[in-house]
Amino acid sequence: MAPQSWYLIVSALLFGLGIVGFVTRRNSLVMFMSVELMLNAANLVFVAAARDHVPARGSACALFVIAVAASEVAVGLALVLALFRLKKSVDSDAVRELRA
Amino acid sequence: MLSERTAFLIFSVIALIGAVNVITRRHPVHAALWLVGTFLGVAGLFLTLGAGLLGAIQVMVYAGAIMVLFLFVILLLNLDAPPDEGLSFARGASLLAAVATLALIALPLARAPELRAAATPESPVADASAGQVANVLFTRYALPFEVVSLLLLIAMVGAIHLARRPRRDETV
Amino acid sequence: MDTLVPWLTGAFEWATSSAFTFSVIVAILAVVGFVSIWAMFAVWLERKASADFQVRIGPNRVGGRFGLLQTLADGLKLAFKEDLIPGAADKLLFALAPAVAFCGAFAAFAALPFSPAISAVDLNLGVFFIVAVSAIGVIGVLMAGWSSNNKWSLYGAMREAAQLISYEIPSALALMVPILVTGSLNLKEIVAFQCLPSDGTLDKEGLFYWSNSGWLAFYSPWTFVAFVIYYVASLAECKRAPFDLPEAESELVSGFHTEYSGMRFSFFFLEEYAMMFVVSAIAALVFLGGWQPLPFVSLNLPTSGFLGFGANLFYAGVFLAKAVFLVWVQIWVRWTVPRMRVDQVMVMGYKYLIPVSLVALLMMALYEHWDVRYLPGLF
Repeated sequence: MAPQSWYLIVSALLFGLGIVGFVTRRNSLVMFMSVELMLNAANLVFVAAARDHVPARGSACALFVIAVAASEVAVGLALVLALFRLKKSVDSDAVRELRA
Repeated sequence: MLSERTAFLIFSVIALIGAVNVITRRHPVHAALWLVGTFLGVAGLFLTLGAGLLGAIQVMVYAGAIMVLFLFVILLLNLDAPPDEGLSFARGASLLAAVATLALIALPLARAPELRAAATPESPVADASAGQVANVLFTRYALPFEVVSLLLLIAMVGAIHLARRPRRDETV
Repeated sequence: MDTLVPWLTGAFEWATSSAFTFSVIVAILAVVGFVSIWAMFAVWLERKASADFQVRIGPNRVGGRFGLLQTLADGLKLAFKEDLIPGAADKLLFALAPAVAFCGAFAAFAALPFSPAISAVDLNLGVFFIVAVSAIGVIGVLMAGWSSNNKWSLYGAMREAAQLISYEIPSALALMVPILVTGSLNLKEIVAFQCLPSDGTLDKEGLFYWSNSGWLAFYSPWTFVAFVIYYVASLAECKRAPFDLPEAESELVSGFHTEYSGMRFSFFFLEEYAMMFVVSAIAALVFLGGWQPLPFVSLNLPTSGFLGFGANLFYAGVFLAKAVFLVWVQIWVRWTVPRMRVDQVMVMGYKYLIPVSLVALLMMALYEHWDVRYLPGLF
């Protein structure tokens, strides 16, 4: 069996890439994808950490994360659509009405 | 037969290459397709962890539904290839944030010897088969389960409301 | 495959690892071979059946009076055709799309059992695995539609995405009903449940005995409702008429594969026919008793030795006959019902199929809870 720490390292890398993507990209669709990357990294930790204890609990927690991710995507994509309707762009910098 | 370690290496490389491409590809369609690769890689990692049910759910929900939604919206907006987004202050800041995250995760790994050692299974109580997951889901996690179902309902209503075209007599 | 490994290690004293590798290769080759032969047969069946419905003769030149080799000839023609890639296309994605689309159908195929002992892999998550991997195909379709850089292809791909996402829900919900009854996701176990004897004794004498549940489609009204819903939803998932909007020859000039030619085109074709078989096979296994030839009576055939081998072949034949019949019904529907409009497809999915399948699931749960039985319990 691969040591647990290997899984944690892969998960950390995925999470780091997710952060980099979320902060650097201005395309709101790609920003959402980066959030998905981070959620997946969290899932990996749940399952890897539960492997040597009660695996079913890790899977159950990851299942909740997947459900949250699904609802986040549904609302998020609806927001992107609304944004596009207003601004004709999905650039997150296009929304700057509140900036003085 | 593939050893579990080989499988782990293959799947994690797939997942990481996919992730790097998600954040570097300029066109959202390419990013989305690489993200599918990442999801499949992570699903493979779940398999190596013995969580076959979760692997299948990952493929079905992420690759089959979420990514299809993403692609659908991208195609619906019919975006052209966007211009280069250019360097900014945010990029430097994000690198810092990423390194900090890695450090946060790597430091305990380096300190705690029991995490670095190869896994020593302490006679797992149960496996992550569909039946076991269901048992946990409907007993120990019954309340979160109901909360999640409520959350999905709210998200559905919210998404429909947001994506709805405003009626003519309404102001946006 | 699970029977092949012990046999090889037992009879020929092979090492377990080499027997395993050999079995994997055999299984892969068997699945590839079966998919190709099936596709050839299915194209022939579709052309012959369509001809029958339109009072034509259909292919009758190549390969004897019934034109059995027509598909092979067409396949060769496709293979030798020029492989065109439009100049404005995204070349890599364009080339990759047919392979991705085919992967899902192929993976689903591998998990199908053909008889108690004949299956490429015996998965505990059988049904669930097939539902999951067959969803990958739609990514290939979206890739094809977008990378072709053609508005008809794009429309086709978007229709496909919307349709598939919508109809996955009722088909999965409908499959939940028999899973609720049998308490298993394993396809072999679901079929075995339908063969259980009514009085619960395991070692039965004689050739026939009354089955406990019969075919699940006739187990209760709700399983029958689930069967109908699954079949309708699976038509939509295979992009078959009346849900063939993603390809709609007359309005979208065949939608997402407009720009494809030669071998790449034939991969999409292969995918479609493979999926037709997969959904029909699931319907046959889960709702129509799999390899049991009669609805309420189970056959008691030997399971081991030479006779067991023959029995397995017989079971596989019964199963194939049922699956092919369901495919034939799909073709029948194609020439009976006109194509629906996009909004009608959505209304059908969300306003009728999903609520009805939810009700069927709920009622089935109540029936099981109160133990409402009527069919073979009467005997």
